[in-house]
Amino acid sequence: MGKVAIIGVGQSSFVRGYAGSIRELAFEGFKEAMQDAKVSVKDIDASIICSAPEYDKQRSPSGVFAEYLGLIPQPTFYLESLCSSTSMGLRMAYSLVKAGLHEVVAVLGFQKMSEISSAESQERMGRGADIQWESPFGTMMPAYYAMFAKAHMEKYGTTLDDLALVRVKSATYGQLNEKALFRKPVALEMFSDPEHFMSGPVASPLRVGDCCANADGSSCLIVASEEKAKALSKKPVWILGLGAASASVNMSGRDLYTGLAVARQAAEQAYKMAGVSPKDVDVAEVHDCFTVSEILAYEDLGFAKAGEGKGLVTGKETYKEGSIPVNMDGGLLSKGHPIGATGGSQIRTIVLELRGEAGEMQVKDPEIGLVHNIGGVGLYGAVTILGR
Amino acid sequence: MSKKKEIDDRFKKFGTVSYTSVTKVNDFINHLEEGKVMGTRCVDCGMVFFPPRADCYKCFSSNIEWFEVSGKGKLEAYSKLKYAPVGFEDDLPYCIAVLDYGDYKVFGRIASNVPDEEIKLGMEMKTVANKLPSGQLNYVFEKP
Repeated sequence: MGKVAIIGVGQSSFVRGYAGSIRELAFEGFKEAMQDAKVSVKDIDASIICSAPEYDKQRSPSGVFAEYLGLIPQPTFYLESLCSSTSMGLRMAYSLVKAGLHEVVAVLGFQKMSEISSAESQERMGRGADIQWESPFGTMMPAYYAMFAKAHMEKYGTTLDDLALVRVKSATYGQLNEKALFRKPVALEMFSDPEHFMSGPVASPLRVGDCCANADGSSCLIVASEEKAKALSKKPVWILGLGAASASVNMSGRDLYTGLAVARQAAEQAYKMAGVSPKDVDVAEVHDCFTVSEILAYEDLGFAKAGEGKGLVTGKETYKEGSIPVNMDGGLLSKGHPIGATGGSQIRTIVLELRGEAGEMQVKDPEIGLVHNIGGVGLYGAVTILGR
Repeated sequence: MSKKKEIDDRFKKFGTVSYTSVTKVNDFINHLEEGKVMGTRCVDCGMVFFPPRADCYKCFSSNIEWFEVSGKGKLEAYSKLKYAPVGFEDDLPYCIAVLDYGDYKVFGRIASNVPDEEIKLGMEMKTVANKLPSGQLNYVFEKP
């Protein structure tokens, strides 16, 4: 059985208050991916629509999108694993292609979060946790990740400034990404200025500047068999490794609060499948839903030892010129986080990097790229390794 | 006309806002009312569960018994919220946390009368049933 490639990538701009309906939002990412792959709707054998539920009035968006995107009568279905939905979509597309059921599959992620208020959105996000036993206490995503931040700080001496420096790095590159929501520079001093919005408390120790923002957006990946990829694409990017794992939804079922077990398990699987090790990775996208999440990711992926993640950002190793550039597109912190679209956007960035087409975000001649995409509070984890 | 079937929705009393009303472990609420925080144990294989469950995934038994969460647990993780999701604004600020009892862990809130400066990871705390001003029930972690 042959290899599987990504032959087209696209995403909409990530924005607040997208002026259109969800099908129109989906069209933006889809159109860019289709034009990138230089294929037509007749070439697509099936579509997988990925998002987190309960943001839209529309139930079962797959059928509506398939019609709007011209993908009927081909099969289409919906897949969700919260923020990691598109990475899991890619995993599903890989298996459909590998099994020989389809030759070319579109994976489309989307989220239009602006239809509800920020507090309502936090409530929805909080209900991505255990609604029977945890949500009645008033939980939300920043508070869960804040628990991990606090534990990491106490155990390893990671500081508030270390966390803020992740945001500073993110903004360095977010400014270069024309699709990003937040494109302004961020300075460390903003976090200690009580007048600056970045320093506003959310859930201790996390501040506004430590958190990514809700956004509206779509992303799309065109996945193809080796034969089709070679026929259709001049620069296919190959899927070398896929890893995925799940964990206890209730925090009381976890053994680890200074890292995400799902990321460690998914990374181990992906490295093994690809036959590479962390030091072989030339460029990575990690799920920086919060600043602390990026530091945990460095450690969970093996870029740094447990407790030493902060050194990669303070030593600028994860900057463009460093030993392992991370989040050259500004990450979730700069782009915004339209849940279902995020994984596809991360994968798009790595595909562009590997093709040498990332523009101002381009790192020097990468051969192996990695995507780390997490759903919920380390509830679902997906790690994808791509190569030229 | 047939009599309307009564729905056992006791669980809607759990927490500031409950998102679940019907569950097979509804007795948890009665125990809370009596001042007891209880988990479940599988009678057939001895597996211990908190939060309580009606079913054992290890031996597929639904033969469960209640046990009381008693003694002290160690504070393993916590965060104080300064911003709340819809429905929890009046509770602010509040602190969510995990206590480790060895055989099981408990997720809940730290009691509001525990001062911030006294909260340290690794400290011993106990789990106590609590009545909210609204009449709803939850449990909180207190200093022993």
